[in-house]
Amino acid sequence: MILDGKCPTGPIETSWDRHRFESKLVNPSNKRKFKILCVGTGLAGGAAAASLGELGYQVEAFCYQDSARRAHSIAAQGGINAAKNYPNDGDSIYRLFYDTIKGGDFRAREADVWRLAQVSNNIIDQCVAQGVPFARDYSGYLDNRSFGGAQVSRTFYARGQTGQQLLLGAYAAFSRQVKAGTVKLYERREMLDLVVVDGVTRGITCRNMVTGEIESYWGDAVILATGGYVNVFYLSTNAMGCSVTAAWKAARKGAYMANPCYTQIHPTCIPQHGEHQSKLTLMSESLRNDGRCWVPKKAEDCENPAGEIAEDDRDYYLERKYPSFGNLAPRDIASRAAKEQCDDDRGVGPGKRGVYLDFADSINRLGEDTIRERYGNLFEMYEKITDEDGYKQPMRIYPAPHYAMGGLWVDYNCMSNVPGLFVLGEANFSVHGANRLGASALMQGLADGYFVIPYTIAGYLATVKPGEVTDEHPEFKKSAEAVKAELDKLLAVNGTKTPSEFHRELGKIMWENVGMARSDESLKEALKLIPALRDEFWKDVKVVGTNEQFNQELENAARLVDFFDFAEILTRDALNREESCGGHFRVEHQTDDGEAMRNDEDFCYVAAWEFKGTGVEPELHKEPLKFENIKLAVRSYK
Amino acid sequence: MKLKLHVWRQNGSNDKGRLETIDAPDVSPDQSFLEMLDDVNLVLARAGKDVIAFDHDCREGICGMCSQVINGVPHGGQERTTVCQLHMRQFNDGDEIFVEPWKARAFPVIKDLVVNRNGLEVIMQAGGYTSCHTGGVADGNALLIGKPVADYSMDAAECIGCGACVASCPNSSAMLFTGAKVAQLAVLPQGKVEAQKRVMAMTEAAKEFGFGNCTNHYECQASCPKGVDVKFIAKLNREYMKALVS
Amino acid sequence: MLLTQSSVGRKIIMAVTGFVLVAFVCVHLLGNSSVFIGADAINAYAQKLHSLGPFVWVFRLVMLAAFVIHIFFGIQLTLENRAATPEKNVQIKRLKTGFGAETMIVSGLVILAFVIYHLLHFTFRVTNPDIYVPLGDHGMINVFVMIVQGFSSALPVIIYLVGLFFLFLHVSHGIQSLFQTLGLSNDKSLPFMGMVSKLVGVVLLVGYISIPMLVVFGLIKL
Repeated sequence: MILDGKCPTGPIETSWDRHRFESKLVNPSNKRKFKILCVGTGLAGGAAAASLGELGYQVEAFCYQDSARRAHSIAAQGGINAAKNYPNDGDSIYRLFYDTIKGGDFRAREADVWRLAQVSNNIIDQCVAQGVPFARDYSGYLDNRSFGGAQVSRTFYARGQTGQQLLLGAYAAFSRQVKAGTVKLYERREMLDLVVVDGVTRGITCRNMVTGEIESYWGDAVILATGGYVNVFYLSTNAMGCSVTAAWKAARKGAYMANPCYTQIHPTCIPQHGEHQSKLTLMSESLRNDGRCWVPKKAEDCENPAGEIAEDDRDYYLERKYPSFGNLAPRDIASRAAKEQCDDDRGVGPGKRGVYLDFADSINRLGEDTIRERYGNLFEMYEKITDEDGYKQPMRIYPAPHYAMGGLWVDYNCMSNVPGLFVLGEANFSVHGANRLGASALMQGLADGYFVIPYTIAGYLATVKPGEVTDEHPEFKKSAEAVKAELDKLLAVNGTKTPSEFHRELGKIMWENVGMARSDESLKEALKLIPALRDEFWKDVKVVGTNEQFNQELENAARLVDFFDFAEILTRDALNREESCGGHFRVEHQTDDGEAMRNDEDFCYVAAWEFKGTGVEPELHKEPLKFENIKLAVRSYK
Repeated sequence: MKLKLHVWRQNGSNDKGRLETIDAPDVSPDQSFLEMLDDVNLVLARAGKDVIAFDHDCREGICGMCSQVINGVPHGGQERTTVCQLHMRQFNDGDEIFVEPWKARAFPVIKDLVVNRNGLEVIMQAGGYTSCHTGGVADGNALLIGKPVADYSMDAAECIGCGACVASCPNSSAMLFTGAKVAQLAVLPQGKVEAQKRVMAMTEAAKEFGFGNCTNHYECQASCPKGVDVKFIAKLNREYMKALVS
Repeated sequence: MLLTQSSVGRKIIMAVTGFVLVAFVCVHLLGNSSVFIGADAINAYAQKLHSLGPFVWVFRLVMLAAFVIHIFFGIQLTLENRAATPEKNVQIKRLKTGFGAETMIVSGLVILAFVIYHLLHFTFRVTNPDIYVPLGDHGMINVFVMIVQGFSSALPVIIYLVGLFFLFLHVSHGIQSLFQTLGLSNDKSLPFMGMVSKLVGVVLLVGYISIPMLVVFGLIKL
């Protein structure tokens, strides 16, 4: 099937304005009759719940943590982009639009990206009004810095905790609506099913993670803002609770999963130290503004302390390969370059999986105090984890799974192919194409939540009758029973291996075969290994405890079930996409000097997969991508 | 390293709870405290025993989920460090370690080391925001904010809402949590507008919920994983007095 | 919420009344130190106070009110605070709280008992009625004699030593605490105020106990 993104036609500059005008509205006095369920309370979900509650809809919000403030958006460090052009350095909405399309390797929809660039300015204003303490200069104006993949300073930041501050801003707005009674928060709930009646989204089924109760909630629309899926790699920079579960439950009910193979491997993470490790820690990409990446030129130097390696024996590989962007090359490129050096046996640190990020030059130029002021918290974090002082010796970094550009397929209105199901933020696939630029995730989450969904959801709600189907409908009972049955099935296996052991194994399969470099062979290997591991899981998993209690083992096992099915679709998508673009790198498709080679002829489309059942081949639907404003070009950062 | 853990086990808020001694026979100094607990749980789970329940999520010290009292100090006492960032190299081979949940009337235990911190939500809902509407706000640069003010506000905004301040306070007071939010907003022009209403509402909500009163012990700052300063409590007190006389 | 019910409001009441009490204790020490000059000096000082007439009573009522309010809210807040932590951790390690801070209610109650004794001893003339001798014929008593004879036996001296030690503990936390409560501190001044607090505590302790001690060691005598 050919999918239609329902993008506005005509001049892109006015596309969003025209679309807003053409969308239907819901009468103010009718808004309170509609109930909207919002799953996930991060930047996108929290902002959406707050904004919709304020408009007068009844909103019920759900999160698996104990508070809406804990969503993983909080961990974003570097900043948020906006086309304010405050520094007068040549930025504009058009340039942000252009950079994002190009950064995404021409695999995103133009209209969606334009809208994002357009509302980016409103986001900054909104956050300032909420009391977000953005960095300011001495004159009292907002400060900016530059970030990977951009040649202008358009990144707004709040020390090294921009995500935290933006989320707390959204959470504050959210709390205000809870107090006002328009939003009700259900914390410690995991969404375990989407209830679809006659092809229309009508509600969700949740597990109360404290009591184990299976609960049904109905709504006239459901918003999923449940983040990304890179925990499929087990070791990632995501929080431990991040999973594909909510999105995957929707996929099981017919929502298409788009471009799952676009995963972002972030270049500046702290290398893995051992087998017991539970997660990888990211350090803000902003470090690359002042740090220089290098490895020894000679493999035999790798064991020596960094200080003993002469300047001439160092290979500043990013500066060498990409003279115009240097250390600020986009993430996918910087990550792949680091991997290349390590594959060339010139990596440093334990297992030789690491490259140096060296601040010596910057410290000489700017002084240690300036570096401390800019990145003090990151150096502190690095020292806590590695027991090494980044001021005295170069940091060691290595790429780690960080962000999912792919996600549930949505149209221009952020609605999936299942009517009434809206998907926001990282959970959808829409604006980042095949690679996300730094400081764009926060921008997308808040854009979707504050400034997109309040308009587009009205267009849908205006066409439905409020409360037409409630949890009285038999489909809700059926869903709850199915959820209960699956949990019981997990508890009944009573094998020998714990869910976390299986997760670790799945992660290993994915990282080795579907990680930074993918080949036809490795992908086919993964497609053999994943189902085998899944079969073993269902025979040998051991989930202790019962459903009727606080049971983290059961939570993990249930999430893993979805990761298995999802991992297969991710791999299939990677196998199908016979080109290299952004975060998806197929070794068969590269130029002579190892750069990614896109195939616009055959793959300039969104791959949306329809799940047909575990172990059954999914069906591929395509949405062709049209580039009417920006010319398709080879993406070069040289 | 070999360690002996004394872990608080409690099945729900009605259970009385007790310390259970569990061995951690093979601990790597590079592990975080929570990774060490993961390993302990792995052994328990393989043996079919109930695993230790503990809250955790981001494991990089920012989400505020992790919440354990280690050897009598919330987050274990390493300066500016959450449990998830506390590494085992801080301990010695053969150590006995006490691992307990936050204890306060306002934080009932859900299971083992997991507590219900809804009280902090209630305080936030009482006024921890500016009442701005989505859209229709002024340009970000319309009101200038001096760098020292922005920095002060950011210092206060570092709070991750973990509740260590309450857990460490001999009175189970949430004044540092409340003060940080009050101070963050009170110094900004955007937050000043409602400063008086906010400080009254938030402190009242804390009291109504059952948090104790602040008696200036400063234990909160000492155990705060973000080092939030008690000067923000002084600021709250100033804001309170301003509200009283206006 | 009423000032007398709110958390911060009552804290401010504690600080204000505490300030009044501490100010009194300081002034009281200054007045008493006239004993070091000699019998005439302290008697003249006592006479001066008495000559103020109704002001003395206004002053006494204010002090009594501050004292009663401070104690009432002190006990009330302590009970509330204890109720806020019904169950404590098995292991508790305090990083910052000093002994003085943690024992405010104990030191407060000891001071209450001590003040009652002090009043019975020197003001209401109950415990040792034999130490009072008249001075002149205006109905005044000889304060110098009263002090020297009042500390001529061991029990009162011991009680004063204990009472004053707890006053030191109380004040050493209380002074910096009241500055913090009244919002008069920040990260730079707080450690300084902590030292001032302890210093004032020491000065009060040394100043006050020097009177019975000098009597005991015979440096002040009839």
